[in-house]
Formats: sequence, structure tokens, C-alpha cells
Amino acid sequence: MTDVPAESDTLIAKPMRGHTPRRGIGRRERAAWGFVAPALIAIAVFFVIPVVSALLLSLTDFDIYALADLGNLRFVGLQNYERLFGNPLFWTAMRNTVWFAVLGVPLAIAASLAAAVLLNARTVRWRPIWRVVFFAPYVTTLVATAVLWNYLLNTRYGVINWALTSIGLPAVDWLGDPSTSIPAILMFVVWKIFGYNMLIFLAVLQTVPDDLYEAARIDGAGPWKQFRHVTLPAISPTLLLVSIISVASFFQLFAEPYVMTQGGPAQSTVTVLYFMYEEGFKWWNLGSASAVAFILFLCIFAVTLIQLWVSRRLGGDHT
Amino acid sequence: MAGAGAMLAGCGGRAFAGSTLRFWAMGNEGANVPQLMAAFEAANPGIRVEVQPLPWTAAHQKLLTAYAGDSLPDVAQVGNTWVSELTAIGALSPTPAFAADLLTDQFPAVLETNQIAGRAMATPWYVDTRLVFHRTDLLAQAGFDAPPTTWDDWKRSMQAIKRRNPDAFAILMPVNEFEQLLTFGLQTGEPLLRDQDTRGNFSSPAFQTALAFYKSLFDEGLAPVSSSTQISNVWTEFSRGFFTYYISGPWTVNDMKTRLPAEVQPHWATAGVPGPTGPGGSAPGGSSLAVFNSSPHQDAAWALVRYLSQPSVQARFNAITGSLPARESAWTAARVTDDPYLQPFQAQLSRAVAVPKVPEWERIVTEMQIVAERMVRGEFNVPQAAAEIDRRADRLLEKRRWMIEQGRAA
Repeated sequence: MTDVPAESDTLIAKPMRGHTPRRGIGRRERAAWGFVAPALIAIAVFFVIPVVSALLLSLTDFDIYALADLGNLRFVGLQNYERLFGNPLFWTAMRNTVWFAVLGVPLAIAASLAAAVLLNARTVRWRPIWRVVFFAPYVTTLVATAVLWNYLLNTRYGVINWALTSIGLPAVDWLGDPSTSIPAILMFVVWKIFGYNMLIFLAVLQTVPDDLYEAARIDGAGPWKQFRHVTLPAISPTLLLVSIISVASFFQLFAEPYVMTQGGPAQSTVTVLYFMYEEGFKWWNLGSASAVAFILFLCIFAVTLIQLWVSRRLGGDHT
Repeated sequence: MAGAGAMLAGCGGRAFAGSTLRFWAMGNEGANVPQLMAAFEAANPGIRVEVQPLPWTAAHQKLLTAYAGDSLPDVAQVGNTWVSELTAIGALSPTPAFAADLLTDQFPAVLETNQIAGRAMATPWYVDTRLVFHRTDLLAQAGFDAPPTTWDDWKRSMQAIKRRNPDAFAILMPVNEFEQLLTFGLQTGEPLLRDQDTRGNFSSPAFQTALAFYKSLFDEGLAPVSSSTQISNVWTEFSRGFFTYYISGPWTVNDMKTRLPAEVQPHWATAGVPGPTGPGGSAPGGSSLAVFNSSPHQDAAWALVRYLSQPSVQARFNAITGSLPARESAWTAARVTDDPYLQPFQAQLSRAVAVPKVPEWERIVTEMQIVAERMVRGEFNVPQAAAEIDRRADRLLEKRRWMIEQGRAA
């Protein structure tokens, strides 16, 4: 946006520069404020105020005693943060969350992109049906699907272990073994959410002009080269968007481990959000829970900045 | 409250006209208590009881959230370790004078758990405590005809069992469960907290003896260093003789009866927990009935508590759920005393020792066990572990100390 604006831009940009008479600005500005006010109010009420109050709450020792009588509330400065950093379970939760994100984001994106590319292929018939089939997990109730996956992953009766043993592999105690609980939940999460990103990818893929593929084919590009040099550049802005959304959602993983493992076995599926929930609503240490929330906010924010920076470095001019 | 009472009394005769009681109950009890309600409603016309069953895993948070949201029920079943917490936030109605008789015919330690600063805040409903489940055949093979009653004899029997079968273990104490170490600690008779329950007392010589006993069972290979999630099936392992002793509560009796194979059935029994010098105590568990002071139907609520506390009703409830009644006279009525597996619970309950009654207690024992697990894995020796538990307990109790200094808590 730093380069010289095109002609159509100047028309809009001109009145904003502030050289026009005052009364005009006033009216136009009022109108502009009027238009953005609903959005600003929503942002203030649902984002700025909660974030600021969480920050303030994280500097107090709001607990069960304060719940009974606000006079028992004390300002404790950064003590909540200091204690969190000294709490091994917090670091376990951090490590688990990073594992979920590092493994889950690429897996989810790969699965949804693969599904979108397959569905976009011209040879696929009954496309709407496939779209519904792939999208259905996303709109079904999480608890219902979690119960279903608990059966699929069951050590003795589960169909996954049945498949493993029938090809001669040993059965896996998916949700009972600390080393397999994260992969087991990841399988479920990826299956549950890939349909949503698939729809986004599908929409973008349909905007890629066919002439580009034709030209590539004439130049002798195979399917992989077409994907690498035509599809990927065309969808890279969407890829960035999807990866930012995915990172944020994987950092906020909660319901799946809550329903399937309750953080176990041996706290191997306690995520940061799960830890925060326990701090806040199991032990009622809302001060400390707010500190966790704030740290999580900073983490997601930092990862998003890194993603933007990487995408800029990779030469994407789409920002 | 007084106003509501006067209003109710003003209705004359039966004072309960048209009250609907909301009653929250958990797990097995929550599922079965509605069966008892028809008789109560028949005896108290005008009161209707709405039972809301809750899962145990969500109950504690639901109660606190309901308190925060001002939507507590009239009566609820509460775990008796929650009483101090619910008292600290001022949610409970203490037992009124007219209901004082409900506190008779009870196990003293259970009653003590429900009393905060000398006032009964909840009424025990059913009780449990821990016993030693053991394999009589393996014990006999090791040369012991009767289960031991002192720590020394107990350990000697474990060593004998280990000698006979070095690949197996003598006792299962999952390192992520605090109950075993807590039991040993309570048995020493030394309080676990000191200074008005504002500081840990885990460095006391008595608790260190308990810690050392606990640690030695792992060090000598008598107990496996594993958490409960690593033992995939306790019943299979118990029937295979992987361990001979297992410390657990009354719920395990039914599991043992239904899950152990027929050939092992004649060879298991329950016995009291051995103590340092003779039969030892263990922590009293179970549930109590609490009336919340936010309830506008105090009289009706206490009528329900009174009904559920009747020995005959408790005996009937025992027949339905298997939960052990809180009233001692209900034990004979329910013929619990005739059951050889359940009978030892009565003696164990009479020896039970109440745990400290501070809202932070559950977190303190959780931290205690985290340190104990590290000690067992070789990270600490006994005095270091004791000091570390104290350090963590003191940190958790810091707010309580401040409250007491400010005169904000008792």
C-alpha cells in the first residue's frame, strides 16, 4: 500500500487528507464515525474491556475468599505470573499445547487442502455430496463425536485397533497411554475441523483461472508442478489466513481433551486452556487463571506476528 | 431467613404449603435417590422435591459456580471435604437446634469433618473410608494366617511375599494417589497443619516417620513405582497376584465381587489398615447433606434432611445403592454388619481421623503427593521432601494466614 495509489484510489483518498474546508470534514467524519461505531462498540465491549479487566484481575489474588467477600481481594502485582512460571504443570500444559499446535496445524491444513484439491478436480462426480460428507463433522456436536471417537479409539473394541491388529500391528492403548494420547486426540481434532478450512480452500481454488493450468500443461508441467507453481501462489494469501486461524484455534484447544481424557493420562493432554479452566473454575483462583489467559493471548499474538513476518519474507505481497 | 420462617409458620398447620425443594445429588446417589422421594412427599404434603442428578466430576465446580451466580439449590449432597470451603464462602446453613438430634448415632470422625469452628455445617449422609484389600491365599503361602495390624508386621509380611515371588509386588500404591500417604500421616496422631491450620506440619518427626515408611515400601521393591494409569486393569493384576495388598474404599468391594474370576473369589478379604503400633486410622470420606442459607424453604429443607437421615430410610438406601449409612444404627438394620467384606469398615470408621478443615486442603494433599512421587523417584530424601511439602503448603495457606491476621477468618 506504500506505492503510488492508482487513479481510482485518489478519488477516495483525497477527502481524507484534511485539506478541505472544516464543515465538510465534520459532517463526513461524523458519518464515518457513525458507520464504524457499531463495530467499535462491539470491539470495546467484547474485546478491549475483557482484556483490560483480565489484565487487572491477573494482578490480584481473586479466589474463593474474594468470591465470598470482595474485601478479601488483594493487589499482588506480578506474583501470579511469578508462581505460574514456577509451576511445573503450567509448563507441562505449555509443552502439550505447543505439541498440539506444531503437529496439528500442518496436519489440519494438509488434510483440508488435499480434500479441497481433490474436490476441485474436474473428474470428481457428485461434488455437493462429497462436500457435505467432508463438512458434516465440523457442524456435528463435539460431545457426540467425541463419544463416537472414544469407541473408535477403544483399546479392546475400537475399530482403529481392530484394523491395526488385523494387519499384524500391536493394539495401542490410545487414550490410556501418555505417549499416544496427543496423537489420538489430534486425529479426532483434524477429522473434526478440516471440513471448514476445506470450504475456504475450495472457494479460492474455484477462482484460479483455468487458462493458467492450461498454459502450465502446454509448458509440460505435471500435476505436482502445476500445484506447486500455479495453485500454491494463487492461494497463498488464503493459506496464510487459514494458518493464522488454525494456530489460534489449536492454542485454544480445550473441549476435546476435556471431553475425551479430562487432561489425563498423567496430565499428558492438559492444554493451556484446560489448565486455565482448572485454575479458574475448579480451584476458583480467578487471578491466576486470568494471568494464564493473558500469557496465552501474548503467545498467540506473538505467533501471529511471526507468521506475518515469515509470509512477508517469503515475498507474499498480499498484506 | 427469620422472615421466611415466620412466613412459613404463618401458613399454620403444615408449614410447607406449595414449596418445591431443589435437591442436587451426585453419581450413584443422584441416580437412585428419586426412588425415596415418593414416601417423603406422601408424608409431607405440600412439599415437592426436584432431584437434579450431577456427575461427581462436575459437582464441585457446579456448586461454586451456582454460589457465584446466586442459583444454589435448597439442599445438596456435598463431599464432606468440601464443607470447609462452602462454609468459608458463607453458603451453608448451620444445623439448627431443632435438628440437633440428627447429629447423634453418627461416627465421631465423620461428624468432626462436618463441624467448622464447633458448629455442624452439614449432616453426614453416607460414609466411607479406606481398608486393606488382600489376597488371603498369597498371605498364607508367605506364612501369615491373619492380616497384620502394625507397620512392622505388615512390612515383614510384604518382604515374605516378595521373597516367594520376586517378579511380583506386595502392595499397590499408585504414586499419583495421595490417599495412601495421607492415611499413614493421619495414623501418627500428629496434626498435619499447625498454627490454627495456617502452616504445614509435614516436617514434624511423626510425619517424617510416615514418609520414611511410605518411601521404604518403594525402595525395597515391595510396591511398584507406577501411577494408576499405568496399571491398565487392577482386577486382572490382583487376580494374577501381581500385588497382594490394595488400599481402597467400599466401592471396591462390589468391583471385586463382580470382576475377579471365580477361582480367586474365595481368596480375598478386607481388613483394617495397620498403624504404627496397632490397628491404625484412615481418613473418613463420604457425603453429607447441606442446606444452603440462600434457600427460602429452610424448614422444608431440614424436613428432607431429617427424612434422609432416618436409620430406616438409610437402610433402604443402602439396599439400593450399596453406600454405607452414616447412622450407626442403620448398619444393623441394613445387615451391613453381616457382610464379611463390609463389616471391617465399621471398626475402621470408629478409628477414622478427620483431615484438616481448610478450603485449601485438597490442593495441599495434591501438592503433597507430587512431592512424594518425586521422593519415591529419588529426587528428594525424606527430610527434603518434608520441607518441600511444608514450603508448598505454606504458600497455599498464605492467603488464609493473612485472613486470620486481619480477623477475616476463623
